[in-house]
Amino acid sequence: MGYTLKMRIWRGDQGGGDLGDYDVEVSEGEVVLDAIHRVQATQAGDLAVRWNCKAGKCGSCSAEVNGRPRLMCMTRLSDFDPAETVTVTPMRSFPVIRDLVTDVSFNYEKARELPSFAPPPRDADGKRRMAQVDVERGQEFRKCIECFLCQDTCHVIRDHEDNKPAFAGPRFFLRYAELDMHPLDTHDRRALAQGAAGLGMCNITKCCTEVCPEGIRITDNAIIPMKERVVDRKYDPLVWLGSKIGLRNRDNDGRSEA
Amino acid sequence: MGDRHPMTGNEMSGAEAGGMERHRYDVVVVGAGGAGLRAAIAAHEAGARTAIVCKSLLGKAHTVMAEGGIAAAMGNRWPEDNWEVHFRDTMRGGKMLNNWRMAQLHAQEAPERVLELEDWGALFDRTDDGLISQRDFGGHRYARLAHVGDRTGLEMIRTLQQRAVALGIDVFMECTVTELLKVDGAIAGAFAYWRETGRFVVFEAPSVVLATGGIGKSFKVTSNSWEYTGDGHALALRAGAALINMEFVQFHPTGMVWPPSVKGLLVTESVRGDGGILTNSEGKRFMFDYIPEYFRDETADTVEEADRWYEDKKNNRRPPELLPRDEVARAINSEIKAGRGTPHGGIYLDIASRRSPDFIRKRLPSMYHQFKELADVDITQEPMEIGPTCHYVMGGIEVDADTELSAVPGLYAVGECSGGMHGSNRLGGNSLSDLLVFGRRAGEAAASYCVSLGEGRPAVRAEDVKAAERDALAPFEVATGPGGGTENPYTIQQDLQQSMNDLVGIIRTRPELERSLEELRRLRERARRMTVEGHRQYNPGWHLALDLRNMLLVSECIARAALEREESRGGHTRDDFPGPSPEWGAKNLVLRLAADGSAVDLAHQPLPVMPDELKKFFE
Amino acid sequence: MASTDAPSTTPGSTGVDGPTRARIGARTLREDRWWLAPLATFIVFSGFVVFATYRAFAGDYFYAEPYLSPFFSPCLTADCVAGSSDFGQPLSWWSLSPALVVLIFPLGFRMTCYYYRKAYYRGFWLSPPACAVAEPHGAYSGETRFPLILQNLHRWFWYAAVVIALILTWDTVLAFGPAPGEPDGIHMGLGTLLMVANVVLIWLYTLGCHSCRHITGGRLRHFSKHPVRYRIWTLVSRLNNRHGTYAWYSLFSVAIVDFYVYLLATGAFDDPRFF
Repeated sequence: MGYTLKMRIWRGDQGGGDLGDYDVEVSEGEVVLDAIHRVQATQAGDLAVRWNCKAGKCGSCSAEVNGRPRLMCMTRLSDFDPAETVTVTPMRSFPVIRDLVTDVSFNYEKARELPSFAPPPRDADGKRRMAQVDVERGQEFRKCIECFLCQDTCHVIRDHEDNKPAFAGPRFFLRYAELDMHPLDTHDRRALAQGAAGLGMCNITKCCTEVCPEGIRITDNAIIPMKERVVDRKYDPLVWLGSKIGLRNRDNDGRSEA
Repeated sequence: MGDRHPMTGNEMSGAEAGGMERHRYDVVVVGAGGAGLRAAIAAHEAGARTAIVCKSLLGKAHTVMAEGGIAAAMGNRWPEDNWEVHFRDTMRGGKMLNNWRMAQLHAQEAPERVLELEDWGALFDRTDDGLISQRDFGGHRYARLAHVGDRTGLEMIRTLQQRAVALGIDVFMECTVTELLKVDGAIAGAFAYWRETGRFVVFEAPSVVLATGGIGKSFKVTSNSWEYTGDGHALALRAGAALINMEFVQFHPTGMVWPPSVKGLLVTESVRGDGGILTNSEGKRFMFDYIPEYFRDETADTVEEADRWYEDKKNNRRPPELLPRDEVARAINSEIKAGRGTPHGGIYLDIASRRSPDFIRKRLPSMYHQFKELADVDITQEPMEIGPTCHYVMGGIEVDADTELSAVPGLYAVGECSGGMHGSNRLGGNSLSDLLVFGRRAGEAAASYCVSLGEGRPAVRAEDVKAAERDALAPFEVATGPGGGTENPYTIQQDLQQSMNDLVGIIRTRPELERSLEELRRLRERARRMTVEGHRQYNPGWHLALDLRNMLLVSECIARAALEREESRGGHTRDDFPGPSPEWGAKNLVLRLAADGSAVDLAHQPLPVMPDELKKFFE
Repeated sequence: MASTDAPSTTPGSTGVDGPTRARIGARTLREDRWWLAPLATFIVFSGFVVFATYRAFAGDYFYAEPYLSPFFSPCLTADCVAGSSDFGQPLSWWSLSPALVVLIFPLGFRMTCYYYRKAYYRGFWLSPPACAVAEPHGAYSGETRFPLILQNLHRWFWYAAVVIALILTWDTVLAFGPAPGEPDGIHMGLGTLLMVANVVLIWLYTLGCHSCRHITGGRLRHFSKHPVRYRIWTLVSRLNNRHGTYAWYSLFSVAIVDFYVYLLATGAFDDPRFF
């Protein structure tokens, strides 16, 4: 079942680089990362590639395969015609380090800007109680493996480097949504999401959801609900009227601005 | 050490344009998996200036691969459960070779460590009354594993990572420690290089916590990733600490066998915990044929009883699929050898015929995803093909049970790279709790050791830094040496993996083990002739060449200990000594590096004596 | 990653061709027909806009008893033909087409709809044209400034859209009435069927709206304390999954019903009557 796969792999660093041609033997059931490893072991020992689990669980081997942001370990060669040339490049939203490895420190900086979970005291018996239905929304977001493909594909920063300081990106909107929907969190994070995280920069074109290898519905379940929560706070006439006459959403009781 | 860089203040060295970085900390934690992160959090909270140094990006360590859950006797599902039952399960699972004190601390402290994760934002699955849900796992008497679907490890590492970030702990990502620096027998710091630039870093710190994980990458069929090259084991050996129990390597019973590119990839034990069964090519549920005498009283011997157990644990015994991992892995191995394997050389793990598709997708989402994406198998419709895969090393750095201090002052070890806690075989779910319990203890001990030193901290010696630098650059030099340049690190690694797999695998014999030592000697020879292409900037070939030194050293420890222990127990099965022996059951094998660093010394050491109040659990 | 500072971007060259990014050169390396979806959006939406604009401004042939075109409902001005003003003619001073009074609401609802926004940002504004395809604009501020900050008013339009959907439902009930020459009682023709289909699609679209999903339950943090709202949220979420599909279908159905009424009103076609 083996055949010779034609690959083009971007080699280079910030000084410049090129797509190099490689012919590599591949066999049934293999993924793009297997082919890259074979190139590394047999033709280019110093080919830089970042990877870890090779099972779609750690989110290290993010790159772009034929122009689409993918995990190399989850991109099967059987998805391509054997005659087709498979082109692999590093993620294009982040500074390149070398070959397929990019500097993703942007994401770690954004993670630091986010106020962490702020729980109330535990119950009297030292445990906490939450209902399964209340944690499920947050659990979907916590499936995130931090591959940063959503950040990579997001045109807000992919096409506009100057937006990076003001925009946290889909991965961190997930985090805002997770905390804002947490049944126990005592912080109200809406102002921060709109201000510091730049939620308004998102024009919900849904590319983050398209590339998510975990199938998290980032746009529908996290970003839009966060936008709606911001609307609750600032733009809704009925909520405003309600608060004027003393009606309010008791579900938010006990929360304070983060 | 020369001048300082005008812009960065980093120290300059002749060998590198960017110079050398120096950092001063109280505690340096090597490794950012569950154990490392927990240790760093504890050290930071104890007031120590703490750094985490890790080979990969933060949050990518192998802890993310843990699927099933965190074992902790919280009693949320079964109020009868308590630390004593957990302690007993752990000791029996390890065939009584565990360090009893570690097993005791582990069982006692695990529940609080899990609740702590929840304080930091973890979202575990819940019971109907809102408490943390707990699931069944092999070797555990009660449903005990706190879990989030089948991605518990991800939840744990993310929670700890977010906690560490919130506390502002410094993290050196993609930075590999190659040597520990000592002064007068005590730790003074560590030497490392940035993967990105190849630039060297010296950490000056009196406490170093090793949390580097396992050794699985020395085997061909493994669930471990490239990082698990036994770095911590080798660093500790070279620094003068001892390893124990290195002959005990856990082969997880269920790894994927097809397609070849994912062979060894883990299939969680939760599949069996949630009702999955093992069958051979004849359709027989064969585990009933493999119930060992030791577990006969607590294992169901009929299909009916086994199936009733999931609902009624009081009146039924556990299905044999949920025996400890060593037993199940050996059984699967025997079935395959007897010719009752599947077309791809595994056996069947079937949950499709036992649970509804909805249940499977809800409880085992990543397994569903993994088989669908990688093998085109829908596990809600058809059985999986699985076989044993190298998963975990029970052996590791010998440490004090209460503080995780090794034989070297200032050197601590936690998690998979430490030894003793799991004895000869680890129960599923005990690893994640191990990381938390001992991570915290090590972090606190490391911080207080640092305080106890006051102003009298050891200072890193310049000549040690020079030597470490020379060793790290050696792979580039080899090509120009005599007979050099003929070997490639990737090929040597492949041959090592093949040889360990074939000769020091799940079933071992004297002739094969002797051959493996011979093979290892030859591989060490070849490693001297290996060459590395390119330059120091993000060069995987160079990184592998450095890791290979550790893999070769640790592999030798495993083979030496395996040859010495003439019995079968837990993760060590000798075909020529098929049963356990009481004499061997009373001692550990301890390995040290000879004073001149040329050979590994092996010694026998009696087990620590368990106090009577704990002995009563086993009568 | 080393803690070294990344070189800062020089002004003017940003995006995938920026100085720190891998020098690949191409705007995208995608080889599939990524341009097809935005192009189709562009053509179909443009076609609808042209058609709707023409019909709205023309302001005639919108009523063929018992059918009222959804573009003109509710018909509130003096130009409304006999029988089409079910809610009177409070805006009798209005001299332009009656459609212009009411169309602003469904139009505003759809313009600010989260699904349509995605579609037209991609198809018309190319921001971005498709995933991982560089957009042609030099600067981008998203929905943070006027006028796009008004997208936050989606919820106001949703409130209005519910009222409109109720009115269209009433129109549909009336569509079971007699055509000229038929006796009193319940009747049905092809037009009735079309109007039923249209109003069903309008409801599926309106109730699957992201704002609706939020208001009915999404804003809660404790589903467990509000079982009924949780149930509603689950149902709305199911519709919301197919929001894009219903957006397209209901767009077509509105245009088809209007065109059908136009055909009947001009006499170009005779409504087949079932009973």
